[in-house]
Amino acid sequence: MSSPDEEEGVDEWVPPSRRPELADVAPLPQGDGPCPVVAIAYRDDFREVMDYFRALYAAGERSPRALRITADAIDFNPGNYTVWHFRRVILEALDADLIQEMNFVDQIAECNAKNYQVWHHKRWLAEKLGPDVANSEHEFTRKILYDDAKNYHAWSHRQWVLQALGGWESELQYCNQLLEEDVFNNSAWNQRYLVVTRSPILGGLVTMRDSEVDYTVEAIIANPQNESPWRYLRGLYKGDNTLLVADDRISDVCLKVLNNDWRCIFALGLLLELLRMGLQPSDELRGTIEAINNSDPEIEHTDLATAVCSILQKCDPLRINYWSWYRTTLSS
Amino acid sequence: MGEQGELAAEQHVRYIVTAEKKKDSFESLVMEHLRASGAYWGLTTLDLLHKLHAVDSAEVVDWIMSCYHPESGGFGGNVGHDPHVLYTLSAVQVLCLFDRLDVLDVDKVADYVTGLQNEDGSFSGDIWGEVDTRFSYISICTLSLLHRLHKINVDKAVEYIVSCKNLDGGFGAMPGGESHAGQIFCCVGALAITGSLHHIDRDLLGWWLCERQCRDGGLNGRPEKLADVCYSWWVLSSLIMIDRVHWIDKEKLAKFILNCQDKENGGISDRPDNAVDIYHTYFGVAGLSLMEYPGVKPMDPAYALPLDVVNRIFLSKQQ
Repeated sequence: MSSPDEEEGVDEWVPPSRRPELADVAPLPQGDGPCPVVAIAYRDDFREVMDYFRALYAAGERSPRALRITADAIDFNPGNYTVWHFRRVILEALDADLIQEMNFVDQIAECNAKNYQVWHHKRWLAEKLGPDVANSEHEFTRKILYDDAKNYHAWSHRQWVLQALGGWESELQYCNQLLEEDVFNNSAWNQRYLVVTRSPILGGLVTMRDSEVDYTVEAIIANPQNESPWRYLRGLYKGDNTLLVADDRISDVCLKVLNNDWRCIFALGLLLELLRMGLQPSDELRGTIEAINNSDPEIEHTDLATAVCSILQKCDPLRINYWSWYRTTLSS
Repeated sequence: MGEQGELAAEQHVRYIVTAEKKKDSFESLVMEHLRASGAYWGLTTLDLLHKLHAVDSAEVVDWIMSCYHPESGGFGGNVGHDPHVLYTLSAVQVLCLFDRLDVLDVDKVADYVTGLQNEDGSFSGDIWGEVDTRFSYISICTLSLLHRLHKINVDKAVEYIVSCKNLDGGFGAMPGGESHAGQIFCCVGALAITGSLHHIDRDLLGWWLCERQCRDGGLNGRPEKLADVCYSWWVLSSLIMIDRVHWIDKEKLAKFILNCQDKENGGISDRPDNAVDIYHTYFGVAGLSLMEYPGVKPMDPAYALPLDVVNRIFLSKQQ
């Protein structure tokens, strides 16, 4: 239990009813009504803190002792948004040290990393503190992502800090690092796309595309059963189907993967898309598909795209209706 | 728990109606501020199981109105809590269940929501300014149920949502945010309600959504994450709204949801053998509703309310 900012050196938590500073306050109980709809039971110490909170909140008191009570209430339930609101009101009224406040909320966030209120409080503070805190905010989200590299809140905050306060310099490198640690991290692939498309330092998507294709192909070869890089690869050419079809590396990676594992749904799916867009398959590619075809007597001998579709219907039975529909979109 | 088979409807009803009264319940501590949403989850589930009459509607309506702030027009998550759009929607939805929208100063509530729209078309959750596509959906849904959608700048609202569309066809919480099934539901729902589904590439998004189905039949919210019962709602309703629900294996999903039940004590958990809660109980039953499970009322995928409730709002005389 922490009362971090007001009283230094106090190790034991003192309940509000025993704090001399609150002796004149009459605690205000929760007005639940006689028959609550979704009944909630309370712990006694939590009840006490909230009774004192309600009293000070109702009185509109903006004081250090009120600030301390909000810290206690947040400790019990960091999801209580009304407490956070009141805390912000008090912070403004007291013209409080916002750096110190950022340290306070960071402590809460570390143990409550999926809580909307803490992240919003951080953003509220960061907006006031400005670009000077960009680096420390990036350090913080790095710490959170170290524990959970897919934490959506942390990523949202990181993206906001980048776009509002800066710090793009090492972001692509950070994505590289995360993907080295876990190439299956879809959030990191998403961040990569953000950096490549929006960083004011790099040249934008078209400039970055070539190196990004190489990077992604390498990631796919290392772990073909990974949804994210396949989508990322497709996304690099979004809106530019002609270029996608013309880039040999795309069909090559499909072929390479299928030669090792003809059941790879992602490879088959991308190949199917290329064929539908007019890819003229190499002899090698044609050979690979026909070999797969021939190994299963049930698969009809037909044009390449339809053949790939049939293979998918068998390999991905969970989505058989999707592949059946896809088949209907193929021109005869 | 863990056996396949039927929906333990009676047990779930009992679970919701009695709720937990243990003094040291952790869940009770963290739910206090969002009781309005808890009420929506619990009561909608009761209605889906044809048991809404198990609660006293007058009591519910009274309590809901005790969460109302007449000065602002918004609702808090519980008595004594600040207004927020999250709980304003929950309150309106609960009143819809009981056909008691008459207790509202509709224009006042509508103005509260309208006031939360920002210049770029996005919506804040409350006066403190948190922006998220969740709030776009919540605001649009609330206003539509109150027949006041015209009060916001709909074009701008749609424009903002579209700016959150990603290369995979999905949507995030803000522009550039990773596609996430929960955010996708919010964006698709908002576009559906505003008649703007043409902005969606249905085949592309439909494929992303059906890729959420894992081998165990459950649905996840993002690539390479675990299945969770709550996605049974968000992914499923999104698929229905874009007419692509036949792209998942419904039977396997239903089995997954049923496996997440506590058939003795009632309630549904996020995945098999975990602790149950009201939230996942609602989403599990809602998912089964969308798949027309016998004994469960049909639901509207955009408004997240039973179909008969939505029909009553939109097909009866204009308010």
